[in-house]
Amino acid sequence: MEASTTALLYLNGVNVSFDGFRALNNLSLAVEPGEMRAIIGPNGAGKTTMMDVVTGKTRPDNGDVVFEGQHDLSKLDETQIATLGIGRKFQKPTVFEMHTVEDNLMLALKSDRRPRASVKWGTTPDEDGRINRILDTIRLTLLRDRPAGSLAHGQKQWLEIGMLLAQEPKLLLVDEPVAGMTDNETRQTAELLKEINRDKTVIVVEHDMTFVRELGVKVTCLHEGTAIAEGTIDQVSENERVIEVYLGR
Amino acid sequence: MMPPLIRILDRGSMIFLIVLGVLTVLVPFLNLVFPPSSVFHVPTYLVALFGKYVCYAILALSIDLIWGYAGILSLGHGAFFALGGYAMGMYLMRQIGTRGVYADPILPDFMVFLNWPELPVFWYGFQHFPYALLMVVLVPGALAFVFGWFAFRSRVTGVYLSIITQALTYALLLGFFRNNFGFGGNNGLTDFKDILGFNVQAQGTRAALFAASCIALALGFLICRALVTSKFGKMLVAIRDAEPRTRFLGYRAESYKVFVFTLSACMAGVAGALYVPQVGIINPSEFSPANSIEAVIWVAVGGRGTLTGAVIGAILVNYAKTTFTSGPLAPYWLFMLGGLFVAVTLLLPRGIVGTWQWWTERRRASAAAGTAPRAPQAAE
Repeated sequence: MEASTTALLYLNGVNVSFDGFRALNNLSLAVEPGEMRAIIGPNGAGKTTMMDVVTGKTRPDNGDVVFEGQHDLSKLDETQIATLGIGRKFQKPTVFEMHTVEDNLMLALKSDRRPRASVKWGTTPDEDGRINRILDTIRLTLLRDRPAGSLAHGQKQWLEIGMLLAQEPKLLLVDEPVAGMTDNETRQTAELLKEINRDKTVIVVEHDMTFVRELGVKVTCLHEGTAIAEGTIDQVSENERVIEVYLGR
Repeated sequence: MMPPLIRILDRGSMIFLIVLGVLTVLVPFLNLVFPPSSVFHVPTYLVALFGKYVCYAILALSIDLIWGYAGILSLGHGAFFALGGYAMGMYLMRQIGTRGVYADPILPDFMVFLNWPELPVFWYGFQHFPYALLMVVLVPGALAFVFGWFAFRSRVTGVYLSIITQALTYALLLGFFRNNFGFGGNNGLTDFKDILGFNVQAQGTRAALFAASCIALALGFLICRALVTSKFGKMLVAIRDAEPRTRFLGYRAESYKVFVFTLSACMAGVAGALYVPQVGIINPSEFSPANSIEAVIWVAVGGRGTLTGAVIGAILVNYAKTTFTSGPLAPYWLFMLGGLFVAVTLLLPRGIVGTWQWWTERRRASAAAGTAPRAPQAAE
């Protein structure tokens, strides 16, 4: 494993290929604790694959994926990685459709995940308090008893962010949080993420440049599985390569 | 850590338990107290028949727990039922003693017939009822645990899992057919005399076995109900609908599945153990894949994911089977069963109880909101 690093998440020389297609090509990335990082890039640049590698869905062919300078994520599975404190929101909102909004959060709440610990009924006042606070944050208090499957698309996105919060992770990976949202919802989501970033490290993958600009954070642009530019949104969007492959002239 | 009853029982469950409780007392009472000439008399053959239905209901309940809630479609649950049945059958065989045809005090008749010199080790201890009861739960449970551990850890799901459960029961069928397997081969175990010192054929014993089956059903129902209303049960539904998502939340979905699959197999074993003394025989045909598939049909007809539906489905379909297979329509029963499954799948995908719940829910929702009913929600 690599020498110690201050980064919360540290990727070094990561390669992933699927049947000869190189999804990640010598990718290196370091995200410091407390940082919010936006990842942009054209379709097929490897943004989602990078998240898959970090969360254990895909194993890298080689390279280092280190969390908190000590955990080698390439050797752990999804459950172990989630337990270490890495939460993920998917591109397509995936909530438990049959369950109510409240139950979705209840299941996500940080707790003992073993089967025998979950043979219990109802929620404790402490859990109720945590659920209520999250419902407030994601503005779904009035819909708490609705089945998650009946929510509008944007509300599902928020519920999933709420579930992320309930897990109390150290690092949040958020994949296209504003896809399919109205301008107003997009703005609110940017605010929500900024609020979350006050005490948590966040990585956001997003196509929506207005949204990324709104976040006002350090940006990494991926292309063909490699980071081609890194810096503020203004620096990155003036980069020749970025303009050529992604933003267009 | 017991949940308050009010939390785990909804109105349907209460009604179900009350009806079951009344039957538990009433059927044996009408059978034992009134003379055969009375109009109130329930004939002993009917008591045994009802007892058989109740055992099937327990099997259906165990299937509904894993299929309806965790999405595990086992097409081999008859295997666990039959294993429980064999464990009870072994106890009953050891009770025969010198009353067998060959009057051997230790060896069951089939072993004498096959010139076995002594009792195989795995038959030891079965003369003791508590040991046999332990095996009734332990053997199906252990098999399910090992099977589930391998299958769920390798993330075998859906139709692939169904196929290997089918293979499991078929393999056991072939094994138990063999004489040298030590379980009576083709003929299985039969010619039982006593259970706990009471004649298995006696009217009183039959009534008691019926009541015991009803109590086992009620207990099984309460356990299932408690489980599905707990956080564990909600997790099962989450795994059924979005298993990968649960892993990213830090849950080990396979542990939940192994746990519930093992519990379900134990329940199926108990059902088999109660079934054998009431029908008087256990043989390898109980392992036949068709039996397991039939049990899945009962659950589909009653409504999966409802628990009460599984019980109602098992009793209704078996009542129909008894009625039709004893009349002129007997040759067509399998067509009717197949037709029933197709009809339920196409016209009543929620099953009887599921449709009823959906319908009442919809009425309540539209009455409460005064608006158009929301998208249908299957049972929790």
